[in-house]
Amino acid sequence: MGALFFFALFDLHMATVEHPQKTAWWNNAHNRALLFQVLLAIGVSLFFAFIANNTIHNLQQRGISTGFAFLKQKAGFGIIQHLIPYTENDTYGRTFIVGLLNTILVSALGIICATILGFIIGVARLSSNWLVSKLAGIYIETFRNLPLLLQIFFWYFAVLQALPSPRNSLHIGEKFFLNIRGVYLPSPIFQQGFGWVAGAFILAILATIILKRWAGKRQEETGEQFPVFWTATGLILLLPMVAYFATGRPLSWEYPVLKGFNFQGGITIIPELAALLIALSVYTASLIAEIVRSGILSVSHGQTEAAAALGLRPGKILRLVIIPQAMRVIIPQMTSQYLNLVKNSSLATAIGYPDLVSVFAGTTLNQTGQAIEVIAMTMAVYLTISLTISFFMNWYNARSQLRER
Amino acid sequence: MSVHTPHPDLPPPSTSVGIIGWARKNLFSSPLNSILTLGALYLVVRFLPPVINWAILDANWAGSTRDACTDGGACWVFVKVRLTQFMFGFYPPDQYWRVILAFGLLGVLIAWLLIEKTPKKSWVAAFTILVYPIIAFVLFYGGLGLPVVETNKWGGLMLTLILATIGMFFALPFGIILALGRRSSMPIPRALSVVFIELWRGVPLITVLFMSSVMLPLFMPEDLRIDKLVRALVGISLFQSAYMAEVIRGGLQALPKGQSEAADALGLSYWQAMFLVILPQALKTVIPGIVNTFIELFKDTTLVLIIGLMDLLSIVQSAFADPKWLGFSVEGYVFAGLVYWIFCFSMSRYSQHLERKLHTGHKR
Amino acid sequence: MTQAMTQPATAEQDLAIEVKGMHKWYGDFHVLKDINLNVKRRERIIICGPSGCGKSTLIRCLNRLEVHQRGEIWIDGIELNDDLKHIEKIRRDIGMVFQQFNLFPHLTVMENCCLAPIWVLKKPRREAEETAMHYLERVKIPDQADKYPGQLSGGQQQRVAIARSLCMNPNIMLFDEPTSALDPEMIKEVLDVMVDLANEGMTMLCVTHEMGFAKTVADRVIFMDSGEIIEENDPESFFSNPQSDRTKLFLSQIL
Repeated sequence: MGALFFFALFDLHMATVEHPQKTAWWNNAHNRALLFQVLLAIGVSLFFAFIANNTIHNLQQRGISTGFAFLKQKAGFGIIQHLIPYTENDTYGRTFIVGLLNTILVSALGIICATILGFIIGVARLSSNWLVSKLAGIYIETFRNLPLLLQIFFWYFAVLQALPSPRNSLHIGEKFFLNIRGVYLPSPIFQQGFGWVAGAFILAILATIILKRWAGKRQEETGEQFPVFWTATGLILLLPMVAYFATGRPLSWEYPVLKGFNFQGGITIIPELAALLIALSVYTASLIAEIVRSGILSVSHGQTEAAAALGLRPGKILRLVIIPQAMRVIIPQMTSQYLNLVKNSSLATAIGYPDLVSVFAGTTLNQTGQAIEVIAMTMAVYLTISLTISFFMNWYNARSQLRER
Repeated sequence: MSVHTPHPDLPPPSTSVGIIGWARKNLFSSPLNSILTLGALYLVVRFLPPVINWAILDANWAGSTRDACTDGGACWVFVKVRLTQFMFGFYPPDQYWRVILAFGLLGVLIAWLLIEKTPKKSWVAAFTILVYPIIAFVLFYGGLGLPVVETNKWGGLMLTLILATIGMFFALPFGIILALGRRSSMPIPRALSVVFIELWRGVPLITVLFMSSVMLPLFMPEDLRIDKLVRALVGISLFQSAYMAEVIRGGLQALPKGQSEAADALGLSYWQAMFLVILPQALKTVIPGIVNTFIELFKDTTLVLIIGLMDLLSIVQSAFADPKWLGFSVEGYVFAGLVYWIFCFSMSRYSQHLERKLHTGHKR
Repeated sequence: MTQAMTQPATAEQDLAIEVKGMHKWYGDFHVLKDINLNVKRRERIIICGPSGCGKSTLIRCLNRLEVHQRGEIWIDGIELNDDLKHIEKIRRDIGMVFQQFNLFPHLTVMENCCLAPIWVLKKPRREAEETAMHYLERVKIPDQADKYPGQLSGGQQQRVAIARSLCMNPNIMLFDEPTSALDPEMIKEVLDVMVDLANEGMTMLCVTHEMGFAKTVADRVIFMDSGEIIEENDPESFFSNPQSDRTKLFLSQIL
C-alpha cells in the first residue's frame, strides 16, 4: 500500500509539455504514468505472492488441508435456533445456511421495527409540541451515542437475564409469557376453511388496487376525488373478517403452557434474538429518526408556503410536495442504515445468537480450522448483500436526481 | 395627506408571550397537541423520579464492599472500587502517571491544533505526527529506562482510547491516499483503491477483526509472532481507512473544479497543487465528517471484546463475574455507557458546531 | 370593532381587501403596527420601504402565511381568522408569487401548474392542463411545459410561478419582491408579464423596488417603515412630492 503514496507524483497528465522539443523519456507524462502503474502492479503482486507463500507454508506446517471439502462433513454441534430442520448430524455446509437464515431473520425484523420506530421518533422530533420534540431529542442523543455492543449487553444481561424464572413468568392474561428463557407467544393454528379468510384478504388487496386505478382515472376525467385510503382500510379489515365469521372462525391459538421447568407450545422467541432485535431496532431507530428529520427539513420552508398559498391543505402538502422531495434525501441514507443494520447483526456472536458469524465463522471455524475458507465465505455473503444494494442505490439515485440545467 | 406621527412600540398581547403564551404555542396549540403533551408529561412523571431515586437519592456511594450497599438504589461502590481497573486495566498502579502524561500531552496538542489563533500550528502538527507517537510508545510500553509494560496488561478506557487514536492515526493518511487513488485517471491505482474501499466497507468490522486475529498469523512468516493488540489495530486501521477515504473523497468532489484549474494555470505540479491548494481546502470541509467517523470508530472499538482484548466495555463486563460483586451489571453498564456517551456526545456537538461554522448561510 | 362582525356585503362590495387596526408581533418585536388598508377591486398597489420594514410580513398576513394577533382582515367579505374554512376559501381566492419562485422541483412545469387545480379545485386533468397551457402561453413559455424547474432560467421560473398562481383563477394577486432574485436581463421579462396582468384588471398588491414598474401601473403607492404605513399616495404625487422625511430619504436612496 505504501507504494501507492507516490503514484500521484507521476500523475502529470494535466500539465503536458507544450513545446514539441525533444524531452527525456522519463519526463513524458504518459510514460511516467505507465512506469508508475507497472511498478505498482509488480509491488502489489509481490505482496500477494509473499502472503500466499507464507500461508501455504504455515498451513502445511500446521497440517491443515485447504479446500471446501469440510462443508460436506458432519458438524456435530447443536444450534439453538434454526429456521430449517437441523440436527447435530447435519453438515457444516448446512450450518452455513442455518446461520445465514438466522442473520436474515434478525435483519429483516430489525429493519421493520427500526423503520417504524425511527419514523415515529423523527416526526416527533419535528413536532411543534415542545415536550414531545425534546423527549424525541433525548431519545436520539442517548441511543446514537452509545456503542451498539453495550446496548446489546444491557438488554441481554441486565434486562432479560434479570427476568424471573419460567415458574414466575410475567404474563398478559396467561397467554403471553416473558421470562428468563425468552418470550412465549401463542401460535396460530389454521383449520379447514382458513383458506377462505386468506382468499378474502387477497381479494381485498386486489380490490384496493382496482379501486385505486379507478379512482385515479375518475379523478383524471372528472376531477372528483375518492377517499381511497379509508375505503381500502375498510375493505382490507372487513372482507377477511366477514369470511372469518362466515366460515365458522377457522382459526385457533395454541397457547404456551408451563410443563415442568419450561413452557411448551406456542412461538418462542429466544432471549438472544429478543435482546439483539431490541438493541438493533432501538439503536438504528435513533439514526433513522435523524435521517427522517433532516430529510424533511431539507425541503425548504418556501415549498410549504407556496403550496399553502395555492390553497392545498396540510395533509396534501405533506403528501404531494414535502414527502416526494424528502424521500430523495431519505431513501439513500436509509438504505445505508439498513446495510449497517445487517452488518451490525453480526454482533450476535457476542451474546450467542446463532447468526452467520456466530455459527459459521465461530463454531464451524473453531472446529474445522479452515479459517481462510470460512472467513472468505462469510465476507462474501456480506459483500454480496452490500454491493447488490449499493448497485441498486446508484441506479435509484441516477433515476431520481432532480433535473438541473 | 398629513405628516405622519410615528406609532409607539406596544407590548404584545399577553396571550402570545410569557409562560402562558409559550405554553399555548408550544404545548397546547391544538387538541391533539394537548393530548400528546399530557401523555408525554405522564411518561416523564412516571419514569423520571424512580430513575433519579435509583441513581442518586437512594444510591450507595460510601464503603468498599458490597455490604455497604444497603439502600435500595444503585450500588456505585462497585464502580468506585473498580474504577482504576476500568480506567487503566491491569497496568501497574505505580506507572499510571505514564498513561496520564501521555494522554494529557495528546490532549494539549490536539487542543492547540483545534483552537483558533494559537501560534506555530504547523510546528505543533509536525511534532504531533512525527515525535509524539515515539513519546507515547515509550510512555505506554516502556524503554529508555522506563520498565516495560506488556500490552496484555493494557486495558479499560486507556485501551479504548489507544485503539481509537492509533486507528485514526493510520486511517487518515491511508484514507487520503485511497481517496486520491480513487479519483486518479490511471486505471490500476483507481481499480486497487475501489476494490480496497468497497471490500472493507462491505463487510462487518467483526469479520475484519476475526480475519486479522485468525488469518494475519497465517499470512506472515512462521517465526513472526504478532501481538494481539497489533492484530486488532491492523484490522481497525484497514477498516477505518476505507471509511475515511470515502469521507475525504466527498470533500475532494465538493471542491469547485476551478481550484485545480487555477493551480494548474499557476504552473504548480500535481503534487504541489494537491498539498498547497486542494487538500488543505478539502480536508477543512470534511473535518465534521472526519469527527463523525472517529465517533463511529470510538463506538466500534468495543468489538475488540470479541477477540479477547480488555477494552472498557470488556473489563466492565468481566467485573460482573467477580463472585464478590455479583448482580451489579446495571451499575456497570450505566457507568460504561456514561463514559462512552460523554465522549461521543461532546465530539458530535463539536462536529455540529464546525458544520454550522462552515455553512454560515442558513436557509429558510 | 363590533360593527365589523356583521360586515354589510352591499356597502363594501367593491372592497377586495380590508385591513383594520392590524398588529403583529414576532415574540416581543412589534413588526406591524396599526395597519389600516383598503384595496378596491382592480386596484393595483405597490408597497415599498426599506428592508425589514414589515412590507413582506404585511402581504404574507393577507393569506395567513403569517398570523396577525390584533385587528381584522377581510378578503372579499370573508374574515381571515382561525376558521380553517375561511383560510381555505381565501387562499383559493388569492394567488401569491414569491421572491424565490418556490416552484416544486420534483414536478414538471405542467405538473406544477396542475397540482392545485386538480387537488383543490377538483378539476379533471385534461381541463387543468388546458387552463395551464393557456396561462403558460400568456407568460410566453408554452414550450417549456415538460421541463423541470431546475432546467429553466430564473426569469422563466418566475413566469411559471405566476402562471401557476393564475391557474387557480384568483381574484387577487400578491407579489413578494418577484424580481429581487433575478439577474437584470431577466427582470424585464417578468415585469412585462406583470404589466399585462395589471392591464387586464387584476387586483394586485406588489412589494417591489422596481419604481419604473410602480410609475407605469400602480394606482397607489404605499410607503412603509418600521412596521407602519408612513405614507400612501398616487404614484405621481408620491414620487414628485413625498410628504414625510423618511419617504424623501428612501426615495433619494433608491432613485
